[in-house]
Amino acid sequence: MQKTVISGNEAVALGVKLAKVQVVAAYPITPQTIIVEKIAEYVESGELKARFINVESEHSAMAACIGAAAGGARVFTATSSQGLLYMSEMVFWAGGARLPVVMAVVNRAIAPPWSIWCDHNDALSQRDSGWVQLWVENVQEALDTVIQAYRIAEDERVMLPVMICLDGFLVSHSYEPIEVPSQQLVDSFLPEKTPAPYWIDVTNPRSYGTIASPETYMEFRYELQEAMEGAKRVVKEVDEDWGRLTGRSYGGLIDLYLCDDAEVVAVLIGSWAGDAKEAADIMRSRGVKAGVLRLRSTRPFPAEDLVEALKDVDAVAVVDRSLSPGLPSILLSEVKAALYEHGAKPYVKGFIAGLGGRDVTPQDFVNVFERTLKGFKKGETGKVEWVGLRGVGSGHR
Amino acid sequence: MVTVKELDRKEHWLPGHSACSGCPASLGLRMLGKALRGNFILVVPACCTTVIQGIYPCTPSQVPLLNIAFAATAATASGLKAALELRGVNVPVVAWAGDGGTVDIGLQSLSGAAERNEDILYICYDNEAYQNTGIQRSGATPYGAWTTTTPLGKRERRKDAPWIVAAHKVPYVATASVAYPLDFVEKVQKAAAKKGFKYIHLHAPCPTGWRFPPSKTIEVGRLAVETGMWILYEIEDGVFKLTGRSKALLDPSKRKPVEEYLKLQGRFSHLLRPEGREALESLKLQIEESWSEVGKLVRGQP
Repeated sequence: MQKTVISGNEAVALGVKLAKVQVVAAYPITPQTIIVEKIAEYVESGELKARFINVESEHSAMAACIGAAAGGARVFTATSSQGLLYMSEMVFWAGGARLPVVMAVVNRAIAPPWSIWCDHNDALSQRDSGWVQLWVENVQEALDTVIQAYRIAEDERVMLPVMICLDGFLVSHSYEPIEVPSQQLVDSFLPEKTPAPYWIDVTNPRSYGTIASPETYMEFRYELQEAMEGAKRVVKEVDEDWGRLTGRSYGGLIDLYLCDDAEVVAVLIGSWAGDAKEAADIMRSRGVKAGVLRLRSTRPFPAEDLVEALKDVDAVAVVDRSLSPGLPSILLSEVKAALYEHGAKPYVKGFIAGLGGRDVTPQDFVNVFERTLKGFKKGETGKVEWVGLRGVGSGHR
Repeated sequence: MVTVKELDRKEHWLPGHSACSGCPASLGLRMLGKALRGNFILVVPACCTTVIQGIYPCTPSQVPLLNIAFAATAATASGLKAALELRGVNVPVVAWAGDGGTVDIGLQSLSGAAERNEDILYICYDNEAYQNTGIQRSGATPYGAWTTTTPLGKRERRKDAPWIVAAHKVPYVATASVAYPLDFVEKVQKAAAKKGFKYIHLHAPCPTGWRFPPSKTIEVGRLAVETGMWILYEIEDGVFKLTGRSKALLDPSKRKPVEEYLKLQGRFSHLLRPEGREALESLKLQIEESWSEVGKLVRGQP
């Protein structure tokens, strides 16, 4: 195993090369562009034996990935924000078609107003598309998760596309020292792509995606749901296998930090888990047992694991880097639903922070822990609070 | 010249499908299957052919068929071809899309694939409106035609898609008509033998949407050509050539009056009434304009 210092985007491209991807179709968008630039270099230099299709839009990028995956190839694309939204029709198509496409989404806020900086609304807008959605914390995990993603997507118990979400700039443009697995190691972990279990074959002609009547459509959707259930087990298995080979695993569906004896736990996705973990350390140095639960997978939503980890916790802070206007908070609702369904009733408070790249520090997470514990002790409602919001209606003008 | 005798006897698009009576798309699919002897893969976006296939788990297609979203045809075909090449499978990928899916919503991905010179054959079967959704106007609907969204007749001219594709300098662009099946078969075979992006724009008179009896699909298609409303040509490696019946029609006196074509179709009935005289004259001028352009190309003028 070799050590190197690279950015999150370069790590994703390296993962694609090590996974021996065969067809890449992509369109540029900040902050994702470096991934596909790097892959284009690999293809041109012959380091990666693949066809790079320079499509004219993200919609076509996913359409080409779907065609190539249906043709039996291992495929990849990457996008961000507006690009993902423009691609959305085909994102749902790939999910419904049960094709093992892998895509990196470098998370970026949605316009207007224009923003190139990080939040999670882009990927979360696609949460009902039938894609496995994995979220990484750092550069090393970005590389490792790309390789894991193909094992998950191509597993016959799953056969679903996989989205790897990495925070724009915070991970995509951050340089970190990482360990690069050897090609031999990756080959032993990820077998060469075979077209099975279904692909387009002229000697065995089939029609794909024909009209399903009301008598059959629901069963297709039920099978999609079953595949997501199956993915829960496979995501864990694959992460454990990777851990045995490399010494690195990420907890499968959830990454727990100091949660065993915790009285207050912050639940979140993405790279700011690092800030939250630092805040948990600060809290513990002050005698408060704080922990962090990072959801590594939002689809499938790891309800059972989450409940198991939170059932003895007094207070839970769910910190969303996204907004569902009128709800208002996506992860908060999903975490609450999981707890309610399983009869666990810790105090839960929601926070919205970091939209459009607003900086969030470990001190902000200290405040989140303190505010949550205070709410719990005073018996307040778990009303959602916005972190670091400036004077609305006057102050920000 | 292909003859009927030489045509593949095997059917690759089976009977029992759900097309309307007299459907030109099913005719086109039948001839396409024969032209390539069933050795190809179809990529089909939302269009009449989505419905013609019937309902899962049945399919009339004897070749692999990948259905895809409306705007995605050419891009999906590009990806599929790339995968087949990697697997060493040398089989033509044929994109088969309607006019709305080609000249409107699918134009961007079509242009992208043409610019990349993807090794696919793209066939637009042009029934001159969104017939599948119930006869709404498309960019390919001709001037003057009634549709449900142009109740008084379309006021704009149709978008000339073959020329848009030709502007991408691809190896092969042709027009064809289901009323001249052997001409179509020949063009499909010629296109399939070429490497790179090939485009055939297939005129497809639709009894349901154009309001004529289902027994008259071929008659209407022939009249479109004989009156000069539809011109058969090909542009091979940049060289323009009239083909088939259209070769003899450069001289306007050889063409039948356009009224013969219009009067068979309910969608043009208003053009033949006194209040439609102005629109009819305008349509005739447009036909002359198109032929005048063709004349320059045939004579090699810029």
